[in-house]
Amino acid sequence: MRVLALAGRRLAASLPTLLLILVGMFLLLQLAPGDTVDALMAQMGGGDAALAQELRRFYGLDLSVAERLGRYLLRLVTLDLGFSAIYGKPVATVILERLPATLLLMVAALSFAFFLGLVLGVLAARRVNRWPDTLISTLGLLFYATPSFWFGLMAIVLFSVHLQWFPAGGFYEVGSGLTGLALTLDIAMHLVLPTLTLGLIFLAIYLRIMRASMLEVLSLDFVRTARAKGLTETRIVTRHVLRNAMLPMVTLIGLQAGTMLGGSVVVETVFALPGLGRLAYESVVQRDLNTLLGIVFVSALLVIAINFLVDLLYAKLDPRIVSGG
Amino acid sequence: MTGLRIDNLAIRLPKGGDRTHALSGITLAVAPGEILCVVGESGSGKSVTASAVMGLLAPGLMVEQGSVTLNGQDLLALTPEQWRTTRGERIAMVFQEPMTALNPLMTVGRQLAEMWIVHRGLSRRDALARAEAALTEVQLPDPAGALNAFPHELSGGQRQRVMIAMALALEPELLICDEPTTALDVTTQAQVLTLIRDLQRRHNTAVMFITHDFGVVAEIADRVAVMQLGRLVEEGPAAQVLKAPQHPYTQALLAAVPPLNAPAARLAGSGEPVLELDGLTKTYASRGIFRRRKPVRALDGISATLRRGTTLGIVGESGSGKSTLARCVVGLMGLDGGAIRIAGRPLPPDRQKAAHLAQMVFQDPYASLNPRRSVGAQVAQGPIAAGTPRDAAWAEARRLFSLVGLDPDSVRRYPHEFSGGQRQRIGIARALAMKPEVLVADEPVSALDVSVQAQVLALLRELQAQLGLSILFITHDLRVAAQLCDEVVVMQNGRVAEAGPVAEVFTNPRHAYTQSLLAAVPGRAVLEG
Repeated sequence: MRVLALAGRRLAASLPTLLLILVGMFLLLQLAPGDTVDALMAQMGGGDAALAQELRRFYGLDLSVAERLGRYLLRLVTLDLGFSAIYGKPVATVILERLPATLLLMVAALSFAFFLGLVLGVLAARRVNRWPDTLISTLGLLFYATPSFWFGLMAIVLFSVHLQWFPAGGFYEVGSGLTGLALTLDIAMHLVLPTLTLGLIFLAIYLRIMRASMLEVLSLDFVRTARAKGLTETRIVTRHVLRNAMLPMVTLIGLQAGTMLGGSVVVETVFALPGLGRLAYESVVQRDLNTLLGIVFVSALLVIAINFLVDLLYAKLDPRIVSGG
Repeated sequence: MTGLRIDNLAIRLPKGGDRTHALSGITLAVAPGEILCVVGESGSGKSVTASAVMGLLAPGLMVEQGSVTLNGQDLLALTPEQWRTTRGERIAMVFQEPMTALNPLMTVGRQLAEMWIVHRGLSRRDALARAEAALTEVQLPDPAGALNAFPHELSGGQRQRVMIAMALALEPELLICDEPTTALDVTTQAQVLTLIRDLQRRHNTAVMFITHDFGVVAEIADRVAVMQLGRLVEEGPAAQVLKAPQHPYTQALLAAVPPLNAPAARLAGSGEPVLELDGLTKTYASRGIFRRRKPVRALDGISATLRRGTTLGIVGESGSGKSTLARCVVGLMGLDGGAIRIAGRPLPPDRQKAAHLAQMVFQDPYASLNPRRSVGAQVAQGPIAAGTPRDAAWAEARRLFSLVGLDPDSVRRYPHEFSGGQRQRIGIARALAMKPEVLVADEPVSALDVSVQAQVLALLRELQAQLGLSILFITHDLRVAAQLCDEVVVMQNGRVAEAGPVAEVFTNPRHAYTQSLLAAVPGRAVLEG
């Protein structure tokens, strides 16, 4: 069970990171002018200073920064994320409502990028410097260079407006009353365009890494050994090269989990998806500190969890890790 | 005609190379049950010959004319599909680098079993049973356990045994060994050579054995073919080629093999100690809070003395701690205990001050120079950093270049424009630029061809006579040590096994480890006899 011990140590090491992120975020937001009460008063259409004073006391905003930070962290230990003044609900509830859309989008985009990147990378490496390689590499560069919001908008114009294949936005058809399989299908249809938009950029990165990694592994000595053993090219690639070449890809998943959360802000906005990314944006505008910190906390947990899984996977793929050799 | 026949083979190099042909007019034959050693220096075309026979020529290389036949079948006419059933089945190969020749992510057993699964269509279980039998035949300790081991869990010698088991799995008609023991320690090398010889006799395999080492040739060859720049210069029975070489190139190569018996003791230097090592200890312990590993005692109470103007050899196999010792002496690594004194004063912890006392010549002349800086700048860099004016440092660099036998005007050139031997000369000039009290040479010739090696050793001797250098010479090669060193320290597992004047230690070894090292030096019987 050395794999688990290794992963456990990694988890323990990520706790200080989590604390640093939260404290840093808290302090950074103190630099932004205005607070939740200002945003609330603006929503209400204004009010006098006494009301503002009252509200600040109610939400505990009249205390010093250090005191508020201390209280927040204390509550966090009991997994209480606090109350959102803007939404009038506990932060945990608000986040839980938004989490599924983001998670689905992330997993779908990541799988899409990973598997297509893998396949295209292998294809490009097998035909290196010939036309399939050039075509794949050029396409990859094109995807990488295109801003995701533009991609999203163009996808809507083409597939939703002109061809009418996919819905233009939202998470599911509101008021259709679908359940079960029909609802799943409906959500899937809604997610196709956002997944493509978010996935294409990452696809380009995965494809380039996979191509480079394949080329490197193909030049290694043990591949020559495999050839000398009289294996077919297919067997050499599937049995010997692929697993070795996938190691950098797996590393990349962990590294990019955070980037992907960031990228989902844009995509969720373009496709009007009720996800975490959009919630974060709205919370900043409304100075909803509790919600924002909650999102940061959950996102950090998400990234840590993904990295934990990646570590486990990596140890499974590469026996040298566990033995420390 | 049985066995392998190569007839008048010519292989063209891509345009723009230093010569037009990698091979020209090569005619060789290996009969079943025979070991043919193909000897040559780097660039002689010996590895290309092997690749051609294996059908694994690098892209860009083209067979221009000639034929290769194995037991009557024309190998050059095989289709890719036919090649796949030939490789592994009829021709097998053992490569030089056992560390990288196996897939790191696949167990040894599965890699071995692949041979029977692919070529004989055996089930995985049956193939694994065969694999275990094969591992038993190459005398791997605990063959059943080794099946489930990953390559990194085996030592270099064990991995090479696995490679040999894999190559001989299907009883091929021809086995090609491409420098299979070059990366191994001398005692392991002796064991692997014996193993290859035994198995080859038992299976009556034709073996084409590629090497640059005449010691290995003397141990294993039935017949020898000597190659130079893509041509065959001499071929004949081993005894004849080794004892009475006909071609001047073979004679030169054999003359360049350093004899193991040390020359008569030289009385050089004033005899005053310049480097004193006193009870050095160094332990590689676990680093970080979370990682725990078994601590390794790399140095365990090492004491030795180097006298001014002489050479002290540190010999030992990999893992003996000799490279750790070198790094500690030049101040690149801290000690855990003990003291280093240079010219009577303790080695200062400040690396800038230590740089004037000890300088190092590194092993790999290709990796130890910065490819993006001119060689002159790299030689002048140390003195400039120590405060010498730029012009003076460059003038000194030019002087040092002529001292080590290079054109002073080549200081503006870049490392890739020099050959391996020239780069090692640059490395020596770089070390000398700091005018150190002690020159530490860490395996400075082990990456070089034997003729170049002889030149660099001659240069070191010359410089020593001229400048009165004191050299700490680290090597695994006892022949080299015998040539250059006045005194020698034999290291084993971080301890001094034996020390004394080189002639005494080598002719009259007292410690069992020294005796086994000397016994394992290949080719003693033939080359020294």
